[in-house]
Amino acid sequence: MNLAEGVQIVSFGLLSLMMIGAALGVVLLANIVYSAFLLGGVFISIAGLYILLNADFVAAAQILIYVGAVNVLILFAIMLVNKRQDFAPLPNAWVRQGATALVCAGLFVLLGTMVLATPWSTTKVVGAVPAQSSIVTIGEHFFTDYLLPFELASVLLLIAMIGAIILARREYLPEQTISPEKPQQPALTLPERPKELLIAGSDKKA
Amino acid sequence: MNSGIDLQGIFIKSLTDFGIPSGAAKALWLPLPMFLMIIGATVGVLVTVWLERKISAAAQQRIGPEYMGPFGVLAPVADGIKLVFKEDTVPAKTDGILFTLGPILVVIPVFLSYLIVPFGQNLVITDIGMGVFLWIAFSSIAPIGLLMSGYASNNKYSLLGGLRAAAQSISYEIPLSLSVIAVAMMSNSLSTIDIVDQQSSLGIFSWNIWRQPLGFLIFWICALAECERLPFDLPEAEEELVAGYQTEYSGMKFALFYLGSYVNLVLSALIFAVLYLGGWNFPVPIEKLASWIGVSETNSWLQIITASLGIGMTVLKAYFLVFLAVLVRWTVPRVRIDQLLNLGWKFLLPVGLANLLLTAALKLAFPVAFGG
Repeated sequence: MNLAEGVQIVSFGLLSLMMIGAALGVVLLANIVYSAFLLGGVFISIAGLYILLNADFVAAAQILIYVGAVNVLILFAIMLVNKRQDFAPLPNAWVRQGATALVCAGLFVLLGTMVLATPWSTTKVVGAVPAQSSIVTIGEHFFTDYLLPFELASVLLLIAMIGAIILARREYLPEQTISPEKPQQPALTLPERPKELLIAGSDKKA
Repeated sequence: MNSGIDLQGIFIKSLTDFGIPSGAAKALWLPLPMFLMIIGATVGVLVTVWLERKISAAAQQRIGPEYMGPFGVLAPVADGIKLVFKEDTVPAKTDGILFTLGPILVVIPVFLSYLIVPFGQNLVITDIGMGVFLWIAFSSIAPIGLLMSGYASNNKYSLLGGLRAAAQSISYEIPLSLSVIAVAMMSNSLSTIDIVDQQSSLGIFSWNIWRQPLGFLIFWICALAECERLPFDLPEAEEELVAGYQTEYSGMKFALFYLGSYVNLVLSALIFAVLYLGGWNFPVPIEKLASWIGVSETNSWLQIITASLGIGMTVLKAYFLVFLAVLVRWTVPRVRIDQLLNLGWKFLLPVGLANLLLTAALKLAFPVAFGG
């Protein structure tokens, strides 16, 4: 065993421990802020595992997207909402917990059988350094054999982005101005100030 | 590529001559460049702090630090020593673990980003294919540390400062990445070495700053905002928020924030030099000069001169940008938070997108000049 292999084994062990520990913390800790911070730890450990698998681009993308964007937004949401509500014990909570446990166990069994059933070829790739950089390979795949999934995913993201912008732009009418006599809102729209009013209102403010 | 002087090979060979196994010799070599880089970054911070004090004094017609060493160069050292020996207070109602972890999380990614800063063709810790992308990814970790310290301080001003810092950092990362993508598109690579190589053909005329006039402005504005330098230092705006997320910190933890912000400034300046100012290249291409005089490329003296010139040029360019940043800090007033976010989302983001589109079009139209 040379230096590189030893480092790999040790860092694999450390990263796995970190990831499992942090993931357990996310689920088990009572303080939601701790859970959110530990989620960042989980994402970073996963990025480390990607590096061990020679997937450097995926690792950096994991850090950029999951740690830098998703986790920060989760933290934002938690810190801006600040809802201090006592947890009311539900009647028949065991039914939900049982169902959750069943689903989780089922997922675990499914993934376990998948891991056991897949013929992993570990001997072939040991020591093989990819000839070209991973970015080039990923780009080639995106624009040849994985073009359709790639484009579908980008359309999906575009839809989500437009939806978010529309939700954020909407100006709600105050509760008391929506009188019951007013005609019913058409389906799939939300009570919103008409555009002319909005402009006039902003003029007055300015 | 000629091998030239192989420091790593010489180091490992001399150690194995002493009877140390080659694996151990390699393990001894590995941390050396990293330590060198960390020390370099720290010294760079000390120089930046001194520059900041001297230039701000000059901008306000004062003298600035004068009696601590020649021209007061020891003033930042004294600052650092003072902070190290100061009592490290943790206020009573803070969240101890997160309070300590926050500054660490802010500092570590900044230092890690020095992995990709090249000072010469082979003077870089690692030439990884992702280069600048790694820097962007690392700089996206810092807001978590800021939010963490803002939350853990258990103080309204700290929390507001942390939230502002994170919002600002997220908003300005997008135009920053767009301007970096435009450069990466021209050099067909994300690796910092390739980006500099692509600018080295014609000396000063082939630097990216001429081909990316919009891109470098966007990059520098966003870099200033990412470093929380004035005019974008809203997270620690002292008239509104005391000191933002740093309010409750003292001693070494405050020093970490201080260090982190200056290291980040120097790092941004270095990356700017690499992306737009031709990195280690001399304004006149030095290899061509050598071939005109008739010196061989593998001559060891030429290599030493090229390497030291390369380090000198990179540092010089970076410090020119640091000087600009300091000058901007002492001449421009702070913007409001809504102006800041409007500038980021409504102006820089569309301009960055347009710049990217324009670069792509120019690359298709003039592949000679824009890296086909």
